[in-house]
Amino acid sequence: MDRPIRVIVAKPGLDGHDRGAKVIARALRDAGMEVIYTGLRQTPEQIVAAAIQEDADVIAMSILSGAHNHLFPKVVNLMKDQGADDVLILGGGVIPEDDIPGLKEAGVEEIFTPGSATQTIVDFIKNNLKRD
Amino acid sequence: MELEKRLLDGDKRACARLISMVENNNKEAISLIKKLYKHTGNAHVIGITGPPGGGKSTLTDKLVKSLRDEGKKVGIIAVDPTSPFTGGSILGDRIRMNDLSLDPGVFIRSMGTRGHLGGLSKATQGAVKILDIYGCDYIFIETVGVGQSEVDIVRTADTVLMIMVPGLGDDIQAIKAGTMEIGDVFAVNKSDLFGASKTAREIKTMLEMNHNMDRIPPVMQVTALKNEGIKELLNEIKGHMEYLKENDRLNKRRESNARAEIINLIEEEILSLILRKNESVGVLDDISQKVALRNMDPYTAKDEILRAIDL
Amino acid sequence: MFDKERLDQIQQSKKDWEDKVLNKTLEKFPERQDEFQTGSGDKIERLYTPEDIQGINYDEEIGYPGQYPYTRGAQPTMYRGRLWTMRMYAGFATAEESNKRYKYLIEQGSKGLSVAFDLPTQIGYDSDHSLSAGEVGKVGVAIDSLADMEILFDGIPLDKVSTSMTINAPASVLLAMYIAVAEKQGVSADKLRGTIQNDILKEYIARGTYIFPTEPSMRLITDIFEYCSESVPKWNTISISGYHIREAGSTAAQEVGFTLADGIAYVDAAIEAGLDVDAFAPRLSFFFNAHNDLLEEVAKFRAARRLWAKIMKERFEAKSEKSMRLKFHTQTGGSTLTAQQPDNNIVRVAIQTLAAVLGGTQSLHTNSKDEALALPTEDSVRIALRTQQIVAHESGVTNTVDPLAGSYYIEAKTKAIEEEAMKYIEKIDELGGAPKAIDLGYIQQEIMDSAYDYQREVESEKRIVVGVNKYKSEEEPPTGLLKVDPAVEELQKKKLQELKSKRDNEEVNNRLEALRKACNSKENVMPYIIEAVKAYGTLGEICGVMREVFGEYQQSVRI
Repeated sequence: MDRPIRVIVAKPGLDGHDRGAKVIARALRDAGMEVIYTGLRQTPEQIVAAAIQEDADVIAMSILSGAHNHLFPKVVNLMKDQGADDVLILGGGVIPEDDIPGLKEAGVEEIFTPGSATQTIVDFIKNNLKRD
Repeated sequence: MELEKRLLDGDKRACARLISMVENNNKEAISLIKKLYKHTGNAHVIGITGPPGGGKSTLTDKLVKSLRDEGKKVGIIAVDPTSPFTGGSILGDRIRMNDLSLDPGVFIRSMGTRGHLGGLSKATQGAVKILDIYGCDYIFIETVGVGQSEVDIVRTADTVLMIMVPGLGDDIQAIKAGTMEIGDVFAVNKSDLFGASKTAREIKTMLEMNHNMDRIPPVMQVTALKNEGIKELLNEIKGHMEYLKENDRLNKRRESNARAEIINLIEEEILSLILRKNESVGVLDDISQKVALRNMDPYTAKDEILRAIDL
Repeated sequence: MFDKERLDQIQQSKKDWEDKVLNKTLEKFPERQDEFQTGSGDKIERLYTPEDIQGINYDEEIGYPGQYPYTRGAQPTMYRGRLWTMRMYAGFATAEESNKRYKYLIEQGSKGLSVAFDLPTQIGYDSDHSLSAGEVGKVGVAIDSLADMEILFDGIPLDKVSTSMTINAPASVLLAMYIAVAEKQGVSADKLRGTIQNDILKEYIARGTYIFPTEPSMRLITDIFEYCSESVPKWNTISISGYHIREAGSTAAQEVGFTLADGIAYVDAAIEAGLDVDAFAPRLSFFFNAHNDLLEEVAKFRAARRLWAKIMKERFEAKSEKSMRLKFHTQTGGSTLTAQQPDNNIVRVAIQTLAAVLGGTQSLHTNSKDEALALPTEDSVRIALRTQQIVAHESGVTNTVDPLAGSYYIEAKTKAIEEEAMKYIEKIDELGGAPKAIDLGYIQQEIMDSAYDYQREVESEKRIVVGVNKYKSEEEPPTGLLKVDPAVEELQKKKLQELKSKRDNEEVNNRLEALRKACNSKENVMPYIIEAVKAYGTLGEICGVMREVFGEYQQSVRI
């Protein structure tokens, strides 16, 4: 691809722990991507609106409060409602192993739990984009 | 063409996709602009710049909300620097405008400067045209006013809003040297801080000294976070458009902007043509080496390169 | 601490040792790395000697425990007198469940409660707010109104327990509810003991549960200081927290520097509001993190005590010794826990516990091994508590005060951290103080730079994290993790609806309007919040009025 990959990095829900999201944002930037950082306390609707307007290739979300089962699928579904099915949707944070299959089934492409290397995430994005 | 119809229908996804395409120099998008160019020119394009930490995004957010109260459709292009080392960037201006994300009458787009020669103003001007066709009444272009390329971008606007903050002190002198002369309207933001009136006075004095035109730019005091002075500032911005519309000034300004844009496009095209030609034969590398080793002078080098494309 | 002649001798003998012993060894057995670094990434030397502490004056810089500059401890006898308070922070989905748990803890002899609130409560939203969806009861108890608070403390005599509440932006509202519950129990406010975290600056910096902009937030805090100094004199009105700053990725020196800079801002604000420094400073308390680098952490705690003592004495000219004495709570470092091989976390927590104790903490929360995966189970909480008890009763480190003092390394490191922290404070002073530096994004960006450096060092294996980038093993997914029942949210919403249909809504409105007026004036808002709470105005309604008057904080865009 001869253009930068565009990624929305978002914190849905109310938790304020954004160290992980910010570290990922920097790592993606250093991998040559354009990162649109939307900040804390984003509703699924806001994340989807940003992804649409920014014509993002990827939505990467992080939650540490335990609200992932509620919020991640909501983002996936809202994107579908918009007809935007060519965007790669990723989740991260403190996510119990038990919850991962359900989230993937709901359409979250991959879940990255604590300890994931940023390089793994960069590689995953590069290899799994849904559009040119 | 599907994208064209969707754009004219005001479809956000189509608009977003087309802006990406323009940004990536996509032929299809450019031919679409060619076709629909006559539909542009309706939007009032406002460039916003000023030193970092001046609260540009917050102020833009408030100005846009005020325009939304009037039912106007608004586009925002927020430009942030791209890292010259990695080609990546973190674009954070949406943080200040999250309330606007969901407003159907607002379209926000973040852009990285991406660093290719002349490409930035081309990309933003392309995006402005797409937003214009999309039906925006007002289009804001927001940049950090630190580099020449950013200045070039806002210069393409109908109205340039310079944002200052109190307590810049000597910085005003430095800003003056580079960018003061491009401002059509000045706003001193964070005017609840100590020293705001003094800063406003200093700017006024400087403008009065520097301008021998028939219009001295107004200097407004605002506090964006508290929504103070926003209406008044907006009136001045609109007032500037009224001023432009008198005596054919708007057409003259747009003519000079168009001239700059055309020259920019030609420059870029020629440059890329030369670079492409020379890359393929490795001439530029060779010649640069010769010049560095004092085996050739740069003027001769230029002649040789231009000869390669028969210029 | 040594005279010139003796130092010269030592310098000479060190040189001899290097020539005769060290260099030979290095030739045959080179060291594992060219350079070694602390947990915070600072260079650490091979060996520390009296040379490294030659500038330190024992009496002025180290001294004695319980005495200025408190380097060696806040009390003269430390743990020989009384062990630290083993305080475990816990929150359960509903007020009913939490109440049961507190009663159990009290039966077991506990005299201190520590309340964790869910995120909607921490951000001033009721359980039925759209942003609360999916969050109700997740990380703590959901409190919407005085009715929930009455259930939370039902049957618990508030004149007998001390209650610590991890609440910041809406601290005034939760404190008001606590005062109102006590009054219903017949306990007057002057008998209440406890702590509210109430440290908004670190919320902007690192923890993220802010509501209002800096200025009104500082005003709410000084309103609480003022109100409590008159009406709730035994209450600790703030816990100035470095914990979350460190969790966000800061170094040890940044943790001290930024936390004390926040402390300075609160003292400035209170003095500005007309309070006498010695009237409120003794009620300030601190909250630090304990990470894995044992020696660096011990030095950090000692440096923090010494630096704060100097700041209070020299900068604020406090007269009372109590104003200069830094007391702190510690929590072991959540970000050091790994999701991989979670049992290893027990060992990490043990080392961190040792660091906190050797650093002289007044109270300690130890994290549970499974917290990188989910909320802790009861079993893992018990192990975490036992860890403290083993350090207290079996390790022997509690038997003498500040046992690491006088170590060449510890004293040199204490000095180095103090100096580096002071440099950060000076930089923040230059920027106009902590609130300004936060608005500019300076502190956040410094922390993120450290966090990103750390991450890159882990990924390049310059830094080893056992089980993560070395000594990895195949694992079965962990089982038996705690889950919060999603039904809590519906239950809480239903309770809220019932409350709103039962209470006198006109009275609520009147009191909310009175609060609005107070917010718009310079009056202390605490009495108005208490009145609104007593009429069963909800947390969301009260914070809603304040949101309308004060506006909301905007996050810095510098990341």
